[in-house]
Amino acid sequence: MAATDAPATPEELKTRIETGIPGATAAVTGDGHHFNAVVSAPAFQGLSRIAQHRLVYDVFGAEVGDRIHALSIQTKASETESSA
Amino acid sequence: MSDDQTTQIREAIQSAIAENPVLLFMKGTPDQPMCGFSARTVAILQSVGTPFAAVNILPDPRIRQELSGLSNWPTIPQLFIDGEFVGGCDIVTEMYESGELQQALGVEDDANGQAAPEAQAQEPAPLTIENRL
Repeated sequence: MAATDAPATPEELKTRIETGIPGATAAVTGDGHHFNAVVSAPAFQGLSRIAQHRLVYDVFGAEVGDRIHALSIQTKASETESSA
Repeated sequence: MSDDQTTQIREAIQSAIAENPVLLFMKGTPDQPMCGFSARTVAILQSVGTPFAAVNILPDPRIRQELSGLSNWPTIPQLFIDGEFVGGCDIVTEMYESGELQQALGVEDDANGQAAPEAQAQEPAPLTIENRL
């Protein structure tokens, strides 16, 4: 079930991604049903693309495919301060 | 009540993944994709020129449910190569543009650096998962 019946907005998705993934920066566009998210996060470092995308999908759980009808994702590992 | 059928669907999905070196779970068929993301992924595979099998997930909602349970991936399409989950439309597009997809499929990388093709209707024979049940 959707968390709420209100239509999803790009702003909501951006906030939830940035809250859900530590240090993440997200740029989200969309029309209320189809969204595109470009996400950078230090947490993506060393992860496969699949694992990176799963982190983003996990923020929304069962809402993906339901309230959030479609979510396109591009991910990028952002720099951390301590690179050995 | 439907536990047996659900198990059958899951097993049919698992054997389809094991038996087909390149397998796309999609909405609709390669000839008639029912979603832009599925259409785009089909167009990419056709552009690479590799034969692939396709399963339409639309006829029974349990196909998608069981598939997503197996792959831990919420969206459709889903591409499997040699039994391994490779990704959905976004990842397949990125891999095509970087040449990784061609490499994973073992074909000549003549499309490296090119933009992904737009969706376009064409041939391959869809594998209907219903026939396996």
